Amino acid sequence: MERTITVTVNGKTHTASVEPRLLLVHFLREVLNLTGTHIGCDTTSCGACTVLLDGVPIKSCTFFAVQADGRRITTVEGLARDGELHPIQQGFKEEHGLQCGFCTPGMMLVAKALLDENPNPTEEEIRWAISGNLCRCTGYQNIVKSIQWAARRMREAPAAGR
Amino acid sequence: MYPARFAYDVPGSVQEAVDLLGRYREEAKVLAGGQSLIPLMKFRLAKPARLVDINRIPGLNVLEEESGVLRIGALVRHRDVERSAFLRDRYPLLASAAPQIADPLVRNLGTVVGSVCHADPQGDWGSVMLALDAEVVAQSTRGERRIPVSRFFAGPLTTVLEPDELVTELRVPQPLARPFGTYLKLERKVGDYATVGVAVHLELEDGVVRRAGIGLTSVGPTNLKAQDAEAVLIGKALDDDVILEAARRAASAADPTSDVRGSAQYKREVVRVFVTRALRQARAARAA
Repeated sequence: MERTITVTVNGKTHTASVEPRLLLVHFLREVLNLTGTHIGCDTTSCGACTVLLDGVPIKSCTFFAVQADGRRITTVEGLARDGELHPIQQGFKEEHGLQCGFCTPGMMLVAKALLDENPNPTEEEIRWAISGNLCRCTGYQNIVKSIQWAARRMREAPAAGR
Repeated sequence: MYPARFAYDVPGSVQEAVDLLGRYREEAKVLAGGQSLIPLMKFRLAKPARLVDINRIPGLNVLEEESGVLRIGALVRHRDVERSAFLRDRYPLLASAAPQIADPLVRNLGTVVGSVCHADPQGDWGSVMLALDAEVVAQSTRGERRIPVSRFFAGPLTTVLEPDELVTELRVPQPLARPFGTYLKLERKVGDYATVGVAVHLELEDGVVRRAGIGLTSVGPTNLKAQDAEAVLIGKALDDDVILEAARRAASAADPTSDVRGSAQYKREVVRVFVTRALRQARAARAA
């Protein structure tokens, strides 16, 4: 039996009727057409499907859409504002933090949650924060540099990192 | 991957939740963090006809000391334990284990109680709770039942819980003396199951062990309590003879099987090394 849920995604409120078994990642991709959230392993291992739930990163392949009723979701589409890339997105561009790009939305969202809480993380803290997200291209080095780049930019211009 | 269809309830109180479990029994599964249950459902290894989602029940996120115990409510996430400064000082074993559970994203949702109820012999919290002599509080329409964790695990992925029971919290006895605790985990990478895990909890007074708890992960059909090893520590100072004897006994309590992560002999040896290492750390911490 379907249930009606109301979820705020990237600041916009959506109401939809969904089957309880619908996973949040499918709700985002197939109901809302927000395909920036990727499906990687589909087994809670890789973090490609990472989104923020009330600001906290989770794996949206392991969370039912009905559980998100009344809550706030941020996906990669919610990072840029008014056509301006978020400093984290700029950082990934400047420091070449991606090759194939499949893990990138998840990486950027865990970076967002980290920097919101800790504006000046150590390299160790960054590596710890991204340890639930797998990248098979970069060896992580440039991902760390990208997040460091974003941290510097956000400290210099805090408004850019809302 | 899509789980099989299920009916979904969101009770607003423990009473409503246990009423549902009482009515639907084996048909229903409790959804807390979902980080073990949902993957099982996606693989269709579990096909519950109904989920009782307890995430909206107020009060189940309790994490505080009260009348001689630390209460860990059914909605306390691994993340909450990891971030608690209070636990680092009072329950160092909990603080040590928390950041080693799965990965940061799973820790943001998964719960301590859910992990214990999942009863995976490769799960970390069961060993921690065995070392701490914790107790499970289970509620049903028939009332409340308290089960020592040492009698909670019946086999791999199996507990002594009845289908109509909801675990509302774990209760950990408060330390009586200054506690030492550490969880040593050998894993191939972040997020992997333990090849071997060893949980050690000690309370020392004037250099003598008053309480000792040792739990073992991934070396038996359930998490194991190394009781013979604990017994040899009580009333003793942590000199090398005592440490090595406890480590030897813990290794012989282990009952590992060979698999892709290592041979049985190797895993038993890791238990011996980890228990030795933990007890030496306890001694060094006391000297410092």
